[in-house]
Amino acid sequence: MPNMVVCCKQVIDPEAPPASFKIDPATNKVVPPPGVPPVISPFDEQAVEAALRIKDKHGGKITVISLGNNLLRDVVKKPLSMGADELILLEDPAFEDSDSWSTAYALAMAIKKIGQYDLIFCGRQAADWDAGQVGCGIAEILGIPCVTIAKSVEFMDGKAKVERVIPDGYQVIEVALPAVITVSNELGEARYATLKGIMAAAKKQPIVWKPADIGVSPSEVGTAGRRTKLVKLFQPVKEGKCEFVEADSPAEAGAKLALRLREAKLI
Amino acid sequence: MAEYKNVLVFGETADGKLATITAELLGCGRRLADELKENLICILIGEKVADIANSAIASGADKVYVVEDPLLKEYQTDAYLMVMEKAVKEIMPRILLLGQTSIGRDLAPRLAFRLATGLSMDCVELSIDPTTKLLQQIRPVYGGNARAIFTTESFPQMATVRQKAMTPLEPDPSRKGEVVPLKVEIDPAKIRAKVLQTVKEEVVGIKLEDAQTVVAGGRGIGGPEGFKQLEELAKLLKGAVGASRPPCDNKWVPDTIQIGLTGKIVTPELYIAVGISGASQHIAGCSGAKNIVAINKDPEANIFKEARFGVVGDWKQVLPAFTEKVKELLAG
Ligand SMILES: Cc1cc2nc3c(=O)[nH]c(=O)nc-3n(C[C@H](O)[C@H](O)[C@H](O)COP(=O)(O)OP(=O)(O)OC[C@H]3O[C@@H](n4cnc5c(N)ncnc54)[C@H](O)[C@@H]3O)c2cc1C
Repeated sequence: MPNMVVCCKQVIDPEAPPASFKIDPATNKVVPPPGVPPVISPFDEQAVEAALRIKDKHGGKITVISLGNNLLRDVVKKPLSMGADELILLEDPAFEDSDSWSTAYALAMAIKKIGQYDLIFCGRQAADWDAGQVGCGIAEILGIPCVTIAKSVEFMDGKAKVERVIPDGYQVIEVALPAVITVSNELGEARYATLKGIMAAAKKQPIVWKPADIGVSPSEVGTAGRRTKLVKLFQPVKEGKCEFVEADSPAEAGAKLALRLREAKLI
Repeated sequence: MAEYKNVLVFGETADGKLATITAELLGCGRRLADELKENLICILIGEKVADIANSAIASGADKVYVVEDPLLKEYQTDAYLMVMEKAVKEIMPRILLLGQTSIGRDLAPRLAFRLATGLSMDCVELSIDPTTKLLQQIRPVYGGNARAIFTTESFPQMATVRQKAMTPLEPDPSRKGEVVPLKVEIDPAKIRAKVLQTVKEEVVGIKLEDAQTVVAGGRGIGGPEGFKQLEELAKLLKGAVGASRPPCDNKWVPDTIQIGLTGKIVTPELYIAVGISGASQHIAGCSGAKNIVAINKDPEANIFKEARFGVVGDWKQVLPAFTEKVKELLAG
């Protein structure tokens, strides 16, 4: 039975209305939109789903790891309510403002501490920084293979068969385990939490690990462990000048639009 | 210790030719190398790629390393990683650029961690800071809601570049450059992820990435039937059909026509968005279109902030009349 680890990141809801998106230029940080709670990054939820599908078929154990500071329990417990077995939080001020490098390093060290793992799942990229590096980074640090952008994962003894999305189709890749798999939306929707799952999750206490618990110094993680420096974060300005074609009825507007596009030499 | 110098571009091939993204990277790399007064180097990896080296030179490279091996016929992470690790250690580039492609997305992070250096993915602008001489890496973040400028102080400074974000040079066959074979031993036992099969969906008609007109539908289309109407319009305009993510997730249309941050990037003359709200992750794939036309029943929809022309209304009523009129105009 496979031991599985899924890395889940708490992010600002990426589907919050674009108009609510604000940056604080003084801190170079995004201001969380008021009234919109954070979520597990959607690809990470689908990574949980990938692990659950394997558990449905083969059994096994799913451990979820989330890294950050002041993580909201209601948010980070969601994978438990979907059916994951255990939640480990790497939670400490030292973990704040990590980049791909320091995130992958801390997660890899935590996974080393867990010790037993056949499959490690991540989302293909986090919905805030959209970097898509952490899964590959964990694999590199642990010295194991990685298959990215998966739409299906089949577990077999000692290996996995993965379908990797490519621009015009997919590839079937066989990978020796242990391995990291990063999951894309083509995998299909993540399941909803069941009532039973929510009740079970409420009773479970996450395990909290500090840098010392995973054998790293605070200078290797978070801001201190970054390899990239954020010089500036800003919102691109948009001119936004739309010419609305109006008419008495929608059909007339459609015909008028065609004429207007002809006039503009677009058709 | 030897110094990190020059700009290195990881080259890709498509149908036996230099890939468009590589020509774009060479265009950008040329500018950076000139600014640094250094050389532009390209590396080509595959079973037989030496014939393409001249196109890389014509597109701006001063020197092309060619690594050929039957094991490199198709991209496999572990094999390409071995080659690139060795090549970078030998070439010691100041800057290393890859495309934000299927290969680049997989190879670049892996390589950066192996080389213990920083990496910015999906950059849309790159420049040299005049005082520090560091590479300024500009990339959209938060699904395209924001942009960030990054620098890295470790070498090589690595970045992947979004497709169609950079302009290639006009190929000049009279340009001179050096072609150097590079030998890398590849141990097949170290290839732990093996490609067993590649399944490609046949594209009928014009390829989405190449189409000058794209008719794209979103969740508002409501089902696969509606996309038939979009297809009819696309055919009429000699264009291709695309979609936002929900129609792909719902299997109304194939995944391969998703446009956006995690789908395809298109830059047509005309982009007609029907029943698409204009989420930043979608706009990431179509903001390079010259003209966006939006049909949406919600006057507040974000897509109208991106569009040049818009109609507020139910597409079921707007589109048939639009298509009829287009037919009439094209016939007359
Ligand atoms: C990390 C990440 C990556 C993503 N990558 C992508 C990506 O690559 N591509 C992508 O597209 N999305 C992507 N998304 C999803 C994205 O955030 C949006 O959810 C998605 O683009 C919304 O698609 P939509 O506009 O079709 O649907 P909706 O936002 O639901 O909009 C539907 C629109 O249709 C209109 N409508 C409904 N009925 C009608 C009618 N009868 N007539 C006219 N108009 C009508 C509505 O007014 C509405 O504006 C990503 C999300 C995340 C978090």
